[in-house]
Amino acid sequence: MAGAISRLNAGTGGRPRSLTEPRAVQLVLIAASLGYLGIFLLLPLASVFAEALAKGFRVYWASITEPEALSAIRLTLVTAGISVPCNVVFGIAAAWAVTKFQFRGKDILITLIDLPFAVSPVIAGLIFVLLFGAHGWFGPWLQAHDIKLIFAVPGIVLATVFVTFPFVARELIPVMQSTGADQEEAALTLGAGGWSTFWRVTLPSVKWGLLYGVILCNARAMGEFGAVSVVSGHIRGLTNTIPLQVEILYNEYNFTAAFAVASLLTFLALITLAAKAWVERKYSHAP
Amino acid sequence: MNMELNRRHVLPGFGLSLGFTVFYLSVVVLIPLSTLFFKSAGLGWRDFWSEAASPRVVASYRLTFGASFLGALINGVFGLIVAWALARYDFPMRRLVDAIVDLPFALPTAVAGIALTAMYAPNGWIGRYLAPHGIRIAFAPAGILVALTFIGLPFVVRTLQPVIAEMDPDVEEAAASLGATRWETFWRVILPQLWPAWLTGFALAFARALGEYGSVVFISGNMPMKTEITPLLIITKLEQYDYAGATAIATVMLASSFMILWLINTAQSRSEKGRR
Repeated sequence: MAGAISRLNAGTGGRPRSLTEPRAVQLVLIAASLGYLGIFLLLPLASVFAEALAKGFRVYWASITEPEALSAIRLTLVTAGISVPCNVVFGIAAAWAVTKFQFRGKDILITLIDLPFAVSPVIAGLIFVLLFGAHGWFGPWLQAHDIKLIFAVPGIVLATVFVTFPFVARELIPVMQSTGADQEEAALTLGAGGWSTFWRVTLPSVKWGLLYGVILCNARAMGEFGAVSVVSGHIRGLTNTIPLQVEILYNEYNFTAAFAVASLLTFLALITLAAKAWVERKYSHAP
Repeated sequence: MNMELNRRHVLPGFGLSLGFTVFYLSVVVLIPLSTLFFKSAGLGWRDFWSEAASPRVVASYRLTFGASFLGALINGVFGLIVAWALARYDFPMRRLVDAIVDLPFALPTAVAGIALTAMYAPNGWIGRYLAPHGIRIAFAPAGILVALTFIGLPFVVRTLQPVIAEMDPDVEEAAASLGATRWETFWRVILPQLWPAWLTGFALAFARALGEYGSVVFISGNMPMKTEITPLLIITKLEQYDYAGATAIATVMLASSFMILWLINTAQSRSEKGRR
């Protein structure tokens, strides 16, 4: 405790006494913060692992290596593997158009890119059912041609692309805005082609912003539940992603297995947070 | 003008990048979303109203909006404290605490849902101390509040933190040298500066909670009229092939979250203009 207090003084040492709170108030506020975050964030995190390992490591390992769990893992990887690159290509194109050129309706375009964040995941799933489901607009046509989008993998990918749509663009736009277009213009006047300017000048200067967007996009793509749940149809071993597998196991009162599979997603979340913190630090030190 | 036009198109790829952006945006987002409005416009006013305003649906609105508002309010209070502590004080493991604030963004909602349910169930880590006193959290409206508070936690912290860190110390100094106590300075000088960011964070948390599904379905118990949130009702209608009902309710929810975000945007641009 004494150590904590001396570090506390070091931290606020830059501020004169009149510009900071009495030490007792500081301690109360820090304790309230830690208590709040502890109860709302750390306890649930710990409970996932406690429940997952409640019956020992053997049961845990068996739960995450059984065929249905493995097929859920595979489907999640495939879904993220398709939807993240799609949104990366879109994010780069959108950021290039928005930051390097002036045109009418730019503000509207930026607002529209953010739109999916305002849409409930359940509604994101619903709109694809309305479009491609058996009773949807394209439903009869798809059925006539024997194409199945809803209650199948393509629907899951579509819904995931929708909910993760803005992540990369939204991180890249401010970064590209701040780097401006001068470097690219210089490269072009020196005779570089359009693509090589992009690969050698633009991409290196925005790589941290891009990586940041990819990390967030991937976390959401792998963890999406509501939208995917609407379009998946919950066919075991076929259209279940990891989050859906967690739900099925949980609803069957197979709690240990549910938490074991959930712990995989929890690891993903922890890795995401660590990578995010690492990129943030890199980025703030970058020139 | 001519000069400017030339300068505008020095860089290549305008047509390609903008064309692809608009195409992809239309195919993935705009066209799918528009089906919702066409479909609900096709319902006719009377059908729309009877679907979107039936007693069970209205009960779900009341619950969803109420719990989302309360959750955002709780996050508004504690988010301010957390943001203040992270931006102004140094304490052991501050960096780690700072990183963990984003957990609700990174943790899939289904995982959050089952973890919170396990904790607050009558035999759970927290539930077992509340159950003897007759306090029920899991499978009751309070559980919904807990889940919605969890998923909205980062918003207020993350909107306030940079504002607190970049606040000009001169103003506080001036207030202090004019004889204001620390409390007066906070109440009259600091808080008014934080107000726009706080409101933005609050509204973002509120809007996010309105649409939340994954973390709530496990803990809520899903009893019609009592603990049934609106997004769940949309799924229930869909599972019964009641597309008209699902569409009407979804349109109401979508319109409300658009309205909230529009309010945030206008508030933000107004406060930016005020600063200039």
